[in-house]
Amino acid sequence: MRDLVESLVSQLRTIWTILLHTFTKAETVQYPEEKPYLAPRYRGRIVLTQDPDGDERCVACNLCAAACPPDCISLQQGTREEDGRWYPEFFRINFSRCIMCGLCEEACPTNAIQLIPDFEMCEYDRENMVYEKEHLMIDGPGKYHDYNFYRVAGMEIEGKKKGEAENEAEPIDVRSLLP
Amino acid sequence: MSDFWLIVFAISVMLGAVGGAAVATWFERRLLGLWQDRYGPNRIGPFGIGQVAADMIKLLTKHDWVPPFADKWVFIFAPTAIVVAMLLGFAVVPFGPGLQIIDLNIGLLFFLGMTSLAVYSVLLGGLASNNKYALLGGLRSAAQMVSYEVFMGLSLMGVVMLSGSFSMADIVESQRDGWYCFSQFLGLFVFVIAAIAESHRLPFDLPEAEHELTAGFHTEYSGMKFAMFMLGEYLGLILISCMITTLFFGGWLAPFSLTFIPAIIWFSLKTFLVICFFILLRCAIPRPRYDQLMSLGWKIMLPITLINLVITGAVALWIAGA
Repeated sequence: MRDLVESLVSQLRTIWTILLHTFTKAETVQYPEEKPYLAPRYRGRIVLTQDPDGDERCVACNLCAAACPPDCISLQQGTREEDGRWYPEFFRINFSRCIMCGLCEEACPTNAIQLIPDFEMCEYDRENMVYEKEHLMIDGPGKYHDYNFYRVAGMEIEGKKKGEAENEAEPIDVRSLLP
Repeated sequence: MSDFWLIVFAISVMLGAVGGAAVATWFERRLLGLWQDRYGPNRIGPFGIGQVAADMIKLLTKHDWVPPFADKWVFIFAPTAIVVAMLLGFAVVPFGPGLQIIDLNIGLLFFLGMTSLAVYSVLLGGLASNNKYALLGGLRSAAQMVSYEVFMGLSLMGVVMLSGSFSMADIVESQRDGWYCFSQFLGLFVFVIAAIAESHRLPFDLPEAEHELTAGFHTEYSGMKFAMFMLGEYLGLILISCMITTLFFGGWLAPFSLTFIPAIIWFSLKTFLVICFFILLRCAIPRPRYDQLMSLGWKIMLPITLINLVITGAVALWIAGA
């Protein structure tokens, strides 16, 4: 008998609690009209960035493709004749496979590949989810405004000899006996 | 009313009931949304009312399929039975003074009979589908409805004793000096629960139970036949709400002698509030297990009804003697 009364009271209290929800606001975010806030470091669409001088950052080291869990990145390394910089001859990301994990961004030694707060990439055809280099490249440095890989790296390119990079010591002639 | 106006009235009641059932599908989803802190369908038209039309178009254009393993004629007959039975039930509802299709002197029994006939729809639908889930749903509905039928009828006998009539119009008239929701509180309590079980709506939708039986008795139904089952269910909801209003909340009588508002408005308002309460129950209470449902029915509801019946009878006799 006591159980009966207790369960009845419990049911009535449930009904009352639900009735009070008449006066609470809906939690729904009306998505297409009302965009949710995305953090600046949100992992969404992948872009290729340029260094502050306006040249592409990617050196086609292939580390992003090696790190990529679903193997959605493919690229071909090439050397530019005029200044000796490395660059990707093609750079292709299959976004229908991409899981937005951000491991490519972490693997990238030149901050070239970055994930941005945008996820609205719907397409009617699956082929349109394959982004080529011209679709991925943006006109800017992305999250790292001042970083320029060739200015700090020791690699020799046109206009910058060995030892001329920032914080780089003069090259040592290892065959010399002088102190 | 002359014959011509009676036919017009009957047709308008039928169209009103079917239209009301269609709007109720949208209204229920909006109200569930409100109570679950979301919006519900709000994209098509003002407040999403166009959802009714969109659902209708979807159901009408769907493939109306009869499975080859089903018992064809019974399969087709089952969904019509519930709609016809529920629509016939509206014949005895008094919408206002004189606004009644037919004032049978056994109106209440007619209503009980029509809701009982609706059981066949669920039962035959489950049986004819020739599908295990559907059969289990039909089996449950048979047991549930037959057992809740018993005290659904008995819970109304208190009202009949106090009013001294089975005619719906007389029952409304006899509530001029006090609605039966006070004197017949136990009867109302039992009737509400039995009515939910009878119209197999949540929390007593065990014949359907989509979590365990996919869709219960209408697993194999699609298109317009499925829509008929849904229409029947919502017609049942409206009919039961009309009956609760008529039998326990004074029907078209105005409370606090606010008679300047027309009787039909009062009736609609009360029915509307009862429908809202049913939707609230659906929103708040989880579905009981099958054995819990049966033991609730036979061990608690039936004794309460009988006690109510004995007490009401004794008091009625005592007052009549004094």
